[in-house]
Amino acid sequence: MTQSVSLTINGRPREDHVEPRLLLVHYLREVAGLTGTHIACDTSQCGACTVLIDGEAVKSCSVFTVQAAGKDVTTIEGLAQEGTLHPVQQAFWNEHGLQCGFCTPGFIMAAAYLLKQNPSPTDAEIERGLEGNLCRCTGYENIKKAVRSASQAMNGGTAETSANLVGSAAAPVEG
Amino acid sequence: MAVTSMIGARIQRREDPKLITGHGNFIDDVNLVNMAHMSVVRSPHAHARIRSIDTSAALAAKGVVAVLIAADFKAVIGGPLPVTNSFVPDKKQVPEQFPIAATEAAYAGEPVAVVIAEDRYLADDAAQLVVVDYEPLPAVMDLEKAMEPGSPLVKSDRPDNIGWDAAFPAGDIDAAFAEADVVLKQRIGQQRLFPTAMETRGCVADYIPYDNRCTLWTSTQVPHFIRLFVGGALGVPESQFRVVSHDVGGGFGAKLRPYPEEYLATAASKITERPVKWIEDRTESLQATTQGRGQIFDVEVAAKRDGTLLGLKFTQLLDIGAYHGVFSAFQVVACLLGGGCYDFKAIHARSIGVFTNRMSTDPYRGAGRPEATHLIERIVDIVAREIGMDPAEVRRKNFITTFPHTNNFGLVYDSGEYERSMDRAMANIDYPALRKRQEELRAKGRYTGIGFSTYVEICGVGPSSATAPAAGIALVESSMVRVHPSGSVTVSVGTHAHGQGHETTFAQIVADTLGVPYDSVEIRHGDTGDTPFGYGTYGSRSLAVGGMAIMASCHKVVDKAKKLAAHAFEASEEDIVVDQGRYFVRGNPGEAKVLAELAFASYGAGLPEGMEHGLEAVSYFDPPNFVWPFGCHICAVEVDPETGAVSIDRYVAVDDCGNVINPMVVDGQLHGGIAQGISQALFEEVQYDDETGQMLTGTMLDYLIPTMAEMPHFELDRTVTPSPTNELGVKGVGEAGTIASSIAVINAITDALAPFGIKHVEMPARPDRLWSMIKEARA
Amino acid sequence: MITAAFEYARPGSVDEAQSLLTKYGDDAKVIAGGQSLIPLMRLRLSQPTALVDIQGIHGLKEVRRDNGSVEIGALVRHVDIQRNATLREALPILVEMANDVGDNQVRNLGTIGGVIAHGDAAGDYNALALMLDAEIVTNKRRHKASDFFRDIFTTALEHDEVVTAVRFPVSTGRFAYTKFRRRLYDWAIAGVAVQETGSSWRVGYVNLARTPRRGASVERALAGGASAADAAAESGSDIDPTGDVRATAEYKRHLAQVLTARTLEKATMAA
Ligand SMILES: Cc1cc2nc3c(=O)[nH]c(=O)nc-3n(C[C@H](O)[C@H](O)[C@H](O)COP(=O)(O)OP(=O)(O)OC[C@H]3O[C@@H](n4cnc5c(N)ncnc54)[C@H](O)[C@@H]3O)c2cc1C
Ligand code: FES
Ligand code: FES
Repeated sequence: MTQSVSLTINGRPREDHVEPRLLLVHYLREVAGLTGTHIACDTSQCGACTVLIDGEAVKSCSVFTVQAAGKDVTTIEGLAQEGTLHPVQQAFWNEHGLQCGFCTPGFIMAAAYLLKQNPSPTDAEIERGLEGNLCRCTGYENIKKAVRSASQAMNGGTAETSANLVGSAAAPVEG
Repeated sequence: MAVTSMIGARIQRREDPKLITGHGNFIDDVNLVNMAHMSVVRSPHAHARIRSIDTSAALAAKGVVAVLIAADFKAVIGGPLPVTNSFVPDKKQVPEQFPIAATEAAYAGEPVAVVIAEDRYLADDAAQLVVVDYEPLPAVMDLEKAMEPGSPLVKSDRPDNIGWDAAFPAGDIDAAFAEADVVLKQRIGQQRLFPTAMETRGCVADYIPYDNRCTLWTSTQVPHFIRLFVGGALGVPESQFRVVSHDVGGGFGAKLRPYPEEYLATAASKITERPVKWIEDRTESLQATTQGRGQIFDVEVAAKRDGTLLGLKFTQLLDIGAYHGVFSAFQVVACLLGGGCYDFKAIHARSIGVFTNRMSTDPYRGAGRPEATHLIERIVDIVAREIGMDPAEVRRKNFITTFPHTNNFGLVYDSGEYERSMDRAMANIDYPALRKRQEELRAKGRYTGIGFSTYVEICGVGPSSATAPAAGIALVESSMVRVHPSGSVTVSVGTHAHGQGHETTFAQIVADTLGVPYDSVEIRHGDTGDTPFGYGTYGSRSLAVGGMAIMASCHKVVDKAKKLAAHAFEASEEDIVVDQGRYFVRGNPGEAKVLAELAFASYGAGLPEGMEHGLEAVSYFDPPNFVWPFGCHICAVEVDPETGAVSIDRYVAVDDCGNVINPMVVDGQLHGGIAQGISQALFEEVQYDDETGQMLTGTMLDYLIPTMAEMPHFELDRTVTPSPTNELGVKGVGEAGTIASSIAVINAITDALAPFGIKHVEMPARPDRLWSMIKEARA
Repeated sequence: MITAAFEYARPGSVDEAQSLLTKYGDDAKVIAGGQSLIPLMRLRLSQPTALVDIQGIHGLKEVRRDNGSVEIGALVRHVDIQRNATLREALPILVEMANDVGDNQVRNLGTIGGVIAHGDAAGDYNALALMLDAEIVTNKRRHKASDFFRDIFTTALEHDEVVTAVRFPVSTGRFAYTKFRRRLYDWAIAGVAVQETGSSWRVGYVNLARTPRRGASVERALAGGASAADAAAESGSDIDPTGDVRATAEYKRHLAQVLTARTLEKATMAA
């Protein structure tokens, strides 16, 4: 009951025979051998599995491989170019935006997507852009800092200091 | 200690490059040739008799290698899961838990069968085909009802549902209460929490038949502990059992015990003669990984009208779950710390451990100390409200001020400056201005509140003098420091990080202590095959205990290097000066040798007489005392009285964890810790159906881990009061944030709702609950 | 958990999709963005034997405005709605709702047709479709939204019916949408939408009953000249919430009233 799928992963075309139910995240991890994309939930909640399909961030645990036929998939392994870290990767490193690192590939992919859509996001826009990703280690403080600093680096600016950050609220969200 | 270049520096973590590029090595990334996959069939009932299990359909399914039930495992697994004494050596009962239920399941999620198949898809398919005939039995869910004589039993072979009943009396409590102007009572809850490491548990077992050798890769905080118990139960000696834990995606206490699945996968590997992999999915994790807290405190406090605290009585009811966790009685430490950073004349505490038909509780970040802080800081605010005094002033009046301080229970607080950290936090948040604004807003019908948490916690577990009588073990730590011939250094340790950055911070310590380049130091941990025995990483112990074990080995290496230098310079050892890694004869610094040269010499010919070759040392460190971090957190909130929604306006923290090795890492630990406490205060709550015992919060959709948007900006600051009990002067910081934060938020909410006459708020402060409290108060 | 096995087909036309659904039988399902279906399948709460993937069908991704209506193809994603200039003009409240559906990753895959066909009372667009008298266009007929949402996760769709578009009346009056939830990306605990159409107001309720609900009583009160607060007091007869792990039923009723008043005020102030 397998089907043939062709797709491109990190610039390399591939063709494989897969069961229709094979989740893209399992295909990436177990067929393509790219284990940087992680799984941390069963219900599309955590974003650990975030990859780009045709440049757009999606949760690869909520896509069947057959649905991605003909598409261009970018994973965390494909983000650094020729040995140079992507500015978001560099910023996560600089700003201590990770501790255990399990959520990190998903966050970096989601942040890279966010900054492509919106090169200079406000804090509120960063929160909205990364609302689909959960981290249990960092309290998000340094992730936010990292995204701000990546934004500045990508816009050719210098990093702002953490001293003039504004607080955000733990309010239930209205509106 | 000398001012040095690495200790105290904000150094980027060396762990990160692989993790940010997708090259980490987590448990699900471990794949072996010919590996089979295990899927666990779990009881859907909180309590049921297992009448029969029919595995025939599952066995016939595609790709199935084996379907195994308790009877199959009995032949291979030689013993029950371990239970430690922790703080209650005399438990009333310690029922044995075999890794898989045979005739009676006592919590929803207890394993009843496993399927081994060619891949995880096929294993999950076949697991659906295992037919278990259950006879549902009454589920015991309520702690107080469970204690009543004649209550239905959590498991039918037990005399009752009481695990322990331990009293901790200190001082003349009646005298203390007799002096009181006010005596106040409060019940304070601690809801059950999922630790929720983002990486679920998992393991890969590779048992080599006919050789009785085994390697177990597992996602754990305690590899040596796993080897001891899983190897022991399977009859594989430690010398032939290797436990490997590479990158671990968070632990928070939930990965510090051997779990049923580690036994089952290892046994299944032995039975099927195949490597066996098991990866927990999130839904499983929420049922089958240990949970935190789950306690109720009934507290009574005696105080004078001038704010003097006199006496404290409290009972801790602790929901053990169906079986003891390995460290189920660890949270009882809350009893010994219930007095917080205050001077009480007498404290009488009692802890009752009660079994229920739920998953076991075990340590979760803070383990007993968040509970203690929550209870005492709530009580201080209740006293302040009753006598009409500012909560800061009640604290100030009762702070312990001289150190070392022996608390009511004989524990010795090493060092502290509680008032200084509170003053600093009050200045940072501009307390007077905040109070003024609160008054103005109240006049406009807006409800803001300010909450304090001044905490002290115990960590760095632990001195054998304290742990041995209680736990029967000495929770020491180990290190092996080996200087290679060309001068690079391998350091192997018994602790095992899961996000704390030990590879970086430990290397900072070694670089300075040995005077070698930071980049030449490699830290190894997590593999019992090449590290000395250690008790692992938890209880904020890795630096204060493990770090000191590293120091001890470094000192031994330096001592030997001095001998080598003396030999090389033909001088006496006493004349050798060591300065930042350079060894020279006093008065002649121009002619020096660095450690690499001495190391090279140590492996060559012409050593001093009687000296062995090589330059390495092994050390075990048994700390003389615990260490006692402290600090003050202040939270400012606003509550919308119409919806009950809480928003955090400010969060200010001043923490003191002694000397700081890497401020970036320390701040990161605090951020994450504070976030988890805020999350307990506002969001998280494991919910079971009270009648059936079914889990109601069984996915991440229903169990609320906050996103970035719900977290405030953390305004951190610190004071530095070195611990006098260790050479590094360090304390611990892994749990401090969580220990402090939940009550800062809850005190702030309670303060905000004071105009309604509301005196106490439980966790999580859900909008619907706050709204109904306000409604009742208004009625 | 792993989903149960199924067959998969990717038709090129709506007709082909219909015949595949007929061929595979009752346990076959359409898949669009998969953002509701796949999580359910992973919990094995849904075990379709075949999936008919409609992403290969042309013509379902357009947004067209004509004669007072705006027709949105079933495969138009949340992110497309967020970025669509026509919708921003003709149906800005939908854009506002789209901003708040799930998260970026979900918005990049989930479709309006999927929300409608799934028929979830918590699907934000469903309440809007109901309150604005939208039409649900399928390969077989046009459904009035008022006849479409039958019960919890139950719609008027037949097994071989494919939603091809949703037609909303152009609505350019004042509006507001309030979505109350504890975490930013959560579904609504309660949601209230208000839209001015001509001289009257429409009100819709998200997740406050087994199906989306229209605030008919509130609308009547407003038409009769009631203040926002007084009209909001009527919300109780428009809804029928149940308690769950997030909130009690009583609280949701109260919330509906508070949010109705606030949302009406927000809409009128935004003028
Ligand atoms: C984390 C998360 C948060 C979310 N939050 C929200 C939220 O706040 N509000 C909200 O509204 N939604 C939310 N969603 C759901 C999301 O909006 C989905 O996109 C939507 O519900 C379904 O769209 P889909 O295209 O993904 O449909 P699918 O998942 O592909 O399908 C859903 C159902 O509709 C059927 N179906 C789909 N398209 C058609 C069609 N054209 N014709 C006939 N039947 C069809 C399928 O058979 C299936 O039964 C959330 C999802 C996630 C994962
Ligand atoms: S694994 Fe959690 S969203 Fe994909
Ligand atoms: S760094 Fe551990 S979960 Fe985010």
